[in-house]
Amino acid sequence: MTVLAAAFALAAPLAVAQEKPQAFLGARIIPITGPEIGNGVLVVHGGKIVSVGPEGTRIPEGAVRVDLSGKVLMPGLVDTHSHVGSVEGADASAPLQPDVRALDAIDVRDPRLLKARAGGITTVNVMPGSGHLLSGQTVYLKLREGSVVEDLLLPNPKTGLLGGMKMANGTNSRRKPPFPGTRAKSAALVREQYVKAQEYRQKIKDAGDDPKKLPARDLGMEGLLEVMDGKRMVHHHTHRHDDIVTVLRLQKEFGFRVTLHHVSEAWKVADEIAAAGVACSIINVDSPGGKLETMDLAWKTGAVLEKAGVLVGFHTDDPITESRFFLRSAGLAVRAGMSREKALYGLTQAGAIILDLEDRIGSLAPGKDADFLVLSGDPLDYRTHVLETWVEGAKVFDLSREKDRLYAVGGYGAGHGQPPSAHLCGDFEDEEQGR
Amino acid sequence: MRGESRWRALATVALVLAGAPAYSQIAIRGETVYTMAGPALKDGVVLVKDGKIEKVGAGLEVPAGYRERRARVVTPGLIDAHTVVGLTGYLNQPQDQDQLEPSAPIQPELRAIDAYNPEERLVAWLRGFGVTTIHTGHGPGALVSGQTMIAKTRGKDVDAAVVVPVAMVAATLGSGARTTEEGKSPGTRAKAIALLRAELIKAQEYASKRETAEKGKEPERSLRLEALGAVLRGEAPLLVTVHRANDIVTALRVAQEFKVRLVLDGAAEAYLVKDQIRKAGVSVIVHPTMARDFGETENMSKETAAILRRSGIRVALQSGFESYVPKTRVVLFEAAAAAAYGLTFEEALAAITIDAARVLGIEKRVGSIEPGKDADLALYDGDPFAWTSHCVGTVIQGEVVSEGAN
Repeated sequence: MTVLAAAFALAAPLAVAQEKPQAFLGARIIPITGPEIGNGVLVVHGGKIVSVGPEGTRIPEGAVRVDLSGKVLMPGLVDTHSHVGSVEGADASAPLQPDVRALDAIDVRDPRLLKARAGGITTVNVMPGSGHLLSGQTVYLKLREGSVVEDLLLPNPKTGLLGGMKMANGTNSRRKPPFPGTRAKSAALVREQYVKAQEYRQKIKDAGDDPKKLPARDLGMEGLLEVMDGKRMVHHHTHRHDDIVTVLRLQKEFGFRVTLHHVSEAWKVADEIAAAGVACSIINVDSPGGKLETMDLAWKTGAVLEKAGVLVGFHTDDPITESRFFLRSAGLAVRAGMSREKALYGLTQAGAIILDLEDRIGSLAPGKDADFLVLSGDPLDYRTHVLETWVEGAKVFDLSREKDRLYAVGGYGAGHGQPPSAHLCGDFEDEEQGR
Repeated sequence: MRGESRWRALATVALVLAGAPAYSQIAIRGETVYTMAGPALKDGVVLVKDGKIEKVGAGLEVPAGYRERRARVVTPGLIDAHTVVGLTGYLNQPQDQDQLEPSAPIQPELRAIDAYNPEERLVAWLRGFGVTTIHTGHGPGALVSGQTMIAKTRGKDVDAAVVVPVAMVAATLGSGARTTEEGKSPGTRAKAIALLRAELIKAQEYASKRETAEKGKEPERSLRLEALGAVLRGEAPLLVTVHRANDIVTALRVAQEFKVRLVLDGAAEAYLVKDQIRKAGVSVIVHPTMARDFGETENMSKETAAILRRSGIRVALQSGFESYVPKTRVVLFEAAAAAAYGLTFEEALAAITIDAARVLGIEKRVGSIEPGKDADLALYDGDPFAWTSHCVGTVIQGEVVSEGAN
């Protein structure tokens, strides 16, 4: 392949779903929304799952057969809270900035994003940080191969929106003015913004059919209206039990949809969370503390929430925990009493529900995106490696490829992202080496 | 050698203070016992008397008068080859952060024993996973930040906890040693080394003057130069936290010039200069396997411990220093991760038991289950490395110091 030909290849993504159906045979399949299958068959075509079943499941004529004997196959992992992609959000000018979009600050060549693929993450909610009461609009990414962020977007099928809204309370967002100095001030500033958004909506309503009477467009207010209309999920950083309850109080007042993130002390108010009917996304780090609001962090949170009937997802908060050890987060939850089933569900389907994408991702079921992992062993075994990551029927990570292995294991150069041409000209590079 | 005798005296006092309370006789029976002094024992029994291991073997009969305790798996008490817990606390507020004094770049006179809090919650946290010995003290972040110590993870006061009061002198090379403050040094790598060499030369001259001067004409005592004297005499190794390959080679260069015992710490790019490290006979306390790969650790590999070990270099694993969340890592988990990246199960276990003891020079006392050694044991309800196993008991010098299922 010549350089010129490689340049023409720019038009099409490198890893594309095969034209022919593909049948993956012989693996133990963990579909998540159904029982495990000992010697299973997964058929995918056109980037979608055609069928999942036991040995003997019909394989379409002409399908490419892939032997996965001895391996384990499960859905791609859904990370509901991450900072990969060198994401940025709000700046230091104000504590609430609902106009700011993570979309506008994503580097798809960030090595952390490549490492997330190596860790088996196929869908990720990339968020701005927690140093603001509201740090901006988050973006949901499908970790396809791509050269620009647009290649990785995952719009909500019903609303067309590209992500949620990141909010925080507790200590991270307490700073010098104009930031709040106390918890009560934090809540007051948030309420003030939502009241403004209510008034903005009223003005739009009052304008009726007369465009001249419409208020001037306000990007921040538009973002908050999407939140209050339930189209944009609030992803809320919150740790202490009283801060968790404050989120629930504001949620009740303004009617937004919310997922509680981190929730170090959720084990103290699990019943209240369950009664509010909101989901939690949890993180398991290796010790309590590091800051005051995580003093009482406990690995039992997942188990306690499960028992209370709360929907529990997981997140890496990469770089707080590492994308390549995402499975381990669920392992620690099981260590502290969560069921294996709900822990694996938490890594996949629960995350999909939290991102309003459960019809498309999160489990191995016909019609869903062909996002799956080939594992060397059980997902909760510390010796298990992600061998392959597939997104929409295309292999985006393969541990046996040297360039992928670098991002899985580390080594010299792993701190740098792919140069702009590398992944687009991957085939070209391989051929060069083969000569 | 007035300096030396004083250092030894201090060590002796500490060992006496650490003297044991009255112990009962106990027997620990494990379906599998990893003694780290031979092959694993099936139905292994460890007899403990007066805080020491009395006898160990497969299928031993438990004599009368021994309280018996059972577990699926028994290992030696784990050794965290480098941490800062006890000087750093879990609240991460100014009042519980004593691992770094930023007022000067070279302060080897800062003693770990004057700052260690044995009742720090993070110490108990580590103990709950089977960690019985920690090498802790001043952290990275200054050219020479202070001394380190070795302690057992129990005791109400430092004297009851300490094993070695002055274990090493902690240094940092690379960007971690630099200051960005205008007009202050060291601002570059080369300047840092110039400062360090100048101080070591001063310490050489000081020692020689103190020894040869006529009585009454000795130079004034300098705590700083005496502490460096312990390094120059080889009593306290220089523990150098360093990541980049070029900085590792610089550490080897300085160690060779002053004939000091060097222990490399972190060493993210050690795999690039493993031949030089092996030739220098230097041990490496490898960064946590799950450490964050940012800045100077951007090229770290999860296989470094395995690569170094295969090259004939002695390696130990560590929980390291964490400035935020989690406030400490746990060596048990770091070893588990290393066992998934090139180390065998027993090699990974050795990196947090007997090999860690060797790197720290305490292998005669701890690190394996052998008669005469401290009865420090960790009990698990399954493969200790499994994410879903639990540490069900920790024993230090014959005393059960942690129970439950952590």
